[in-house]
Amino acid sequence: MCQIQLTQLQKRFGATPVLADVNLTVEEGEFCVFIGPSGCGKSTLLRIIAGLDDASAGDIVIGGRRVNDVAPARRDVAMVFQSYALYPHMTVYENMAFGLRHLKLPAAEIEQRVRRAAESLHLTALLDRKPGALSGGQRQRVAIGRAIVRKPKVFLFDEPLSNLDASLRVKTRVEIARLHRELNNTSMIYVTHDQVEAMTLADKIVLLRPLEGKSGVASVAQVGSPLELYHHPANQFVAGFIGSPAMNFLPGVVASAETARVTVRAGDALLSAAVDAAGLAAGGAVTLGVRPEHVVAGQGELVGRVVHIEHLGEHSFLYLDTALSPQPLVVKTAQGDVPLGSRMPFSLPAESLHLFHADGAAARRLRVPADAACVPA
Amino acid sequence: MVNESSSLTAGAPPGAAGRSDGESSSIGRTRRRQAWLLVLPMLAVLAAIAGWPLARTLWFSLSDAQLSDMASRQFVGLANYIGETGVLRDPEWWNAVGNTLQFALVSVSLETVLGLGVALLLNHPSRLRTLLRAAVLVPWAIPTVVSAKMWTWMLHDQFGVINALLLSAGLIDHPLAFTADPDLAFPTILLVDVWKTTPFMALLILAALQMVPGDCYEAARVDGVPRWRVFFRVTLPLILPAVMVAMIFRALDALRVFDLIYVMTSNSSATKSMSIYVREQMIDFQQVGYGSASAILLVMIIALVVGCWLTFNRVRMEGK
Ligand SMILES: Nc1ncnc2c1ncn2[C@@H]1O[C@H](COP(=O)(O)OP(=O)(O)O)[C@@H](O)[C@H]1O
Ligand SMILES: [Mg+2]
Repeated sequence: MCQIQLTQLQKRFGATPVLADVNLTVEEGEFCVFIGPSGCGKSTLLRIIAGLDDASAGDIVIGGRRVNDVAPARRDVAMVFQSYALYPHMTVYENMAFGLRHLKLPAAEIEQRVRRAAESLHLTALLDRKPGALSGGQRQRVAIGRAIVRKPKVFLFDEPLSNLDASLRVKTRVEIARLHRELNNTSMIYVTHDQVEAMTLADKIVLLRPLEGKSGVASVAQVGSPLELYHHPANQFVAGFIGSPAMNFLPGVVASAETARVTVRAGDALLSAAVDAAGLAAGGAVTLGVRPEHVVAGQGELVGRVVHIEHLGEHSFLYLDTALSPQPLVVKTAQGDVPLGSRMPFSLPAESLHLFHADGAAARRLRVPADAACVPA
Repeated sequence: MVNESSSLTAGAPPGAAGRSDGESSSIGRTRRRQAWLLVLPMLAVLAAIAGWPLARTLWFSLSDAQLSDMASRQFVGLANYIGETGVLRDPEWWNAVGNTLQFALVSVSLETVLGLGVALLLNHPSRLRTLLRAAVLVPWAIPTVVSAKMWTWMLHDQFGVINALLLSAGLIDHPLAFTADPDLAFPTILLVDVWKTTPFMALLILAALQMVPGDCYEAARVDGVPRWRVFFRVTLPLILPAVMVAMIFRALDALRVFDLIYVMTSNSSATKSMSIYVREQMIDFQQVGYGSASAILLVMIIALVVGCWLTFNRVRMEGK
């Protein structure tokens, strides 16, 4: 009943296109994350849904009602701003109650809602403080509390964790996930540039890309579940954005294209990838992709020279100079005691390779590594 | 005046910041000494330009000095204040005090309300805004004597444009003597003062309005809080400290009002302010001793008003 639908949404600031051809459905109760590099229009899209900005074209439908011309207050949404937007002169209690006072609710009802929200966010002891006397994490919880008390159908979060330190970010992330479970039927749209937040929180990820003034590019690079985006990126932009460190890209030329096996010459090596060969012919330029965690290090017919190592304790990242690509190949490995300059054999399993056409679109992968029993949509 | 206004912003004594890290620690002492060194030149200048004249005036006020012959003055104690013919027993003085207080109260209130209105209009994004912002400053930029003269001519009972307009519009049937009629003189002075100083208020309030974080308004918009409620509950409380400071600046000015009245209605007792009274005693009647006494009283009254205002403000801030 409270589905959000965006159709053919466009947004320009002056002549500069910021959002183009956004088509999107957020189901009732869904946790949808907008992610993308800085400046790609995430906040703008959220503000359009909230009604703080107008779309240049296209429809916004919330709960079956077209709301393009409906004031923000009547869209039944609550927003948590990146800057928290607390009223500096009001106490925490007043900050939370202020959005209710004009609704002609009984005073006891307001009191009860505020107290309950304060309790679930551990703010009860702080109710008489002003925002100036709170830490960043506490302010952030007040901002969330202010949204909760309104009992909206849709929550909008604009990078709520970006001003918090790392440990608080993890804690609050868990809190937000719990909040979403408790408020079932409430849709949440959550903007972030942090892919860990996106992967851990989302039912559905919407990956946006910057238009950079170009026309003919759609803003939405891919929509899907976290694992879909990880295993079946629709294009090279998504593949490079999701995953850390980023996927290795190897430029190559198609040597032979059979139905379920495409062989590509990259550097002086022949690599085969288990992808759909449709649209490929021998001699075509393509890009192969492989995630650092899917390179098998320590054995194999390929070999690279270790030029840099990053130790993360549990595992290490090796940077290998290879004949495959000008950039070093990043490899995740459990063995950390590799001397710099040593030669490291490795292999690139066919089912770990992604293949991108010259225009960036991904070839459909036919098999994925065993850890991912995930079906493409 | 420099004294009162500077105490508004620099309320803490020098070195107060260093106090928290221990009275006796040597670093705290060094810091305090540094602080004193830094304010010393300012204190010296203040003593020279404010302290010295004030002390001299105080000294004269205890004598019977005459402008024509300052040398042969005699010490008369407090006679100029509370003697048979002292200032405090002169009904003319009390009339001037009443006029001035009334003038300050009404003009500052009107200027604040109008300034707030203008500031709210100017705060709305529009292409005209930059132009309007400059235009609104014009009355403030014109020297008071010039604008007072200008208004005197415009309000002239025979040749003034305002009488002509009112007559032709049929609002009045005979020309009004705005500056000469005792009933009209006071409102006229008020009107011109409000015209002149509203821009000052508007600009200070505009600056305060622009400090209000915009996301607060957006949060209120998403929550559907009505505009008037946002104004009274968010905007007003947030700009109030700045408005209070602007009001006290204006109140200080208004309590000393001189040039406007001197140019427009210098003969009317209905508009005689304290400053006008002081000048009259000192220059017209040559009574430097008596005039100095009234000048000292003027300073004391202003100090009293400012003191009350600051106390009121502090209580209000603490009450929150
Ligand atoms: N009010 C505005 N006027 C002009 N350009 C804007 C405005 N707001 C945002 N933009 C531009 O739109 C783009 C997207 O901004 P934004 O939605 O804030 O990005 P994100 O939140 O993804 O970092 C940016 O390039 C920004 O410069
Ligand atoms: Mg943003």
